[in-house]
Amino acid sequence: MGKIVELKNVSAGYTGEVILRDVNLVVNDHDFIGIIGPNGGGKTTLLRVVLGLIRPYKGSVTFFNGQESSHGNIIGYLPQINRIDTRFPISVTDVVLSGLMSKEGILGRYSGKQKKLALEMLEKMGVHNLRDKTVGKLSGGQLQRVYLCRAIISSPRLLMLDEPSTFVDTKFETDFYEILKELNDDMAIIVVSHDVGTITWYVKTIACVNRDLHYHPHSTITQEQLAAYNCPIQIITHGDVPHTVLKTHNH
Amino acid sequence: MAESFFELLQYRFFTNALLASVLTSINCGIIGTYIVSRRLVFISGGITHASFGGIGVGYFFGINPVLSATVFAVLSALGIEFLSKKADVREDSLIGIFWSFGMALGIIFIFLAPGYAPNLMGYLFGSLLTVSPADIWMMLALTVVVSLFFLLFYKVILFISFDQEYARTHRAPVQLVNYLLISLVAATIVLSIKVAGIILVISLLTIPQTIANLFTTKFGKIMLISVIIAFMGTFAGLMISYNYNIPSGASVIMSLIFAFIIAKLLSIIVNSLKVKTSYRNEPVETD
Repeated sequence: MGKIVELKNVSAGYTGEVILRDVNLVVNDHDFIGIIGPNGGGKTTLLRVVLGLIRPYKGSVTFFNGQESSHGNIIGYLPQINRIDTRFPISVTDVVLSGLMSKEGILGRYSGKQKKLALEMLEKMGVHNLRDKTVGKLSGGQLQRVYLCRAIISSPRLLMLDEPSTFVDTKFETDFYEILKELNDDMAIIVVSHDVGTITWYVKTIACVNRDLHYHPHSTITQEQLAAYNCPIQIITHGDVPHTVLKTHNH
Repeated sequence: MAESFFELLQYRFFTNALLASVLTSINCGIIGTYIVSRRLVFISGGITHASFGGIGVGYFFGINPVLSATVFAVLSALGIEFLSKKADVREDSLIGIFWSFGMALGIIFIFLAPGYAPNLMGYLFGSLLTVSPADIWMMLALTVVVSLFFLLFYKVILFISFDQEYARTHRAPVQLVNYLLISLVAATIVLSIKVAGIILVISLLTIPQTIANLFTTKFGKIMLISVIIAFMGTFAGLMISYNYNIPSGASVIMSLIFAFIIAKLLSIIVNSLKVKTSYRNEPVETD
């Protein structure tokens, strides 16, 4: 059990506009953090900062993976599925294999062993019959499973998901969170969701991100407190709580 | 009028044209698949027309126009790619600017150049039958570079093209690969101008891929089939161009479009047969 990544006083945004202000967050092994907050509040920005896709204007993002500061392949990432061009001519197996990019370098082809691993992942998600299909032929739920395979094939220490329940039917959503719960034994999970209802059933801790409240200092909220509030999610989502990020807390 | 194909092989200009067809088909088959998959058709059109500036400069200063056009095309490609990321100008607007800027510059220099501009029609509409050995050497060099690049880096090209942001989370050299590939796109366009001409070259980079895409949806296979289809089109175009004295660009493109119509009809028939048999034999696939 150890720290995976620590954000200290991070401010970030796009083209000069600050969206996140002075965010502090520590992610430890086996965390299951739900990030909630209003649209445009900076949930995705926070994700992109941790992923290294945007550099913060201020503050530091530190990884604790023993060897180096950059995250390499310790993060598995599942983007919003509507962001990807599904008309692209690529097969399901190739998509899953692309999750090994940083582990295996960019030269050459994949070995039989890696292809087997990809197939195992697809089997685990129950979509191995789609392995030779082009991504354009898949439904939203199938795509989501394939992207999840891509995210976890490198056995990351931290799995980050951006709005995983968009375009997914309710039945699959429950399955999906059950899968995540299982994965949580092996890796920490951060899930961004606007769907406050479902997320709280599964996550261990909650972080609320809203750039309008950035001037307030961060606060800590434990699961006991959440339970004691009885209806804690509504309090947090209403945005009248003067905190941007509720720091996670481990016992 | 029509001599047999083997008789034609005796002529140097014809073997040159044939070689140029083969090399251009390989270049355009591979690069065109990248263009179509990444939806870069518009930027490719921009690069093509911007290269006309280089042709004008070549005429004016007495340099080989293909060389100056290559420089112009690569610089425009890198310029569009760089400015759209850094200068906060929309990419398609930038393409429009480079597109017309290159054409304007080309026209100015050609009109300022003393005397009549020979072969100008060839650059605009293609002139396979006047391909020079120097052209062929340049095409061959490009074929070697393109083939090696795609063979060695197939994986990373595929992954970066499919999902740039995801590749960046893996610390893949996304920007470097983008710059290299757009330069190869520019070089391929310029060195294919002899075959199809500035105005028509974009079809060599899109029609074979569109036909291939009717039959397969795999990146690698589209490349392979596109190379073959591109060659069939250029070869048919070459024969027509020779026999009827038509600019090769037009005859090549007409052959490709003809092939596209036939392929499309074929795929419609095949698909409707598939649907019929699947209704009869299998239960409808459920999710």
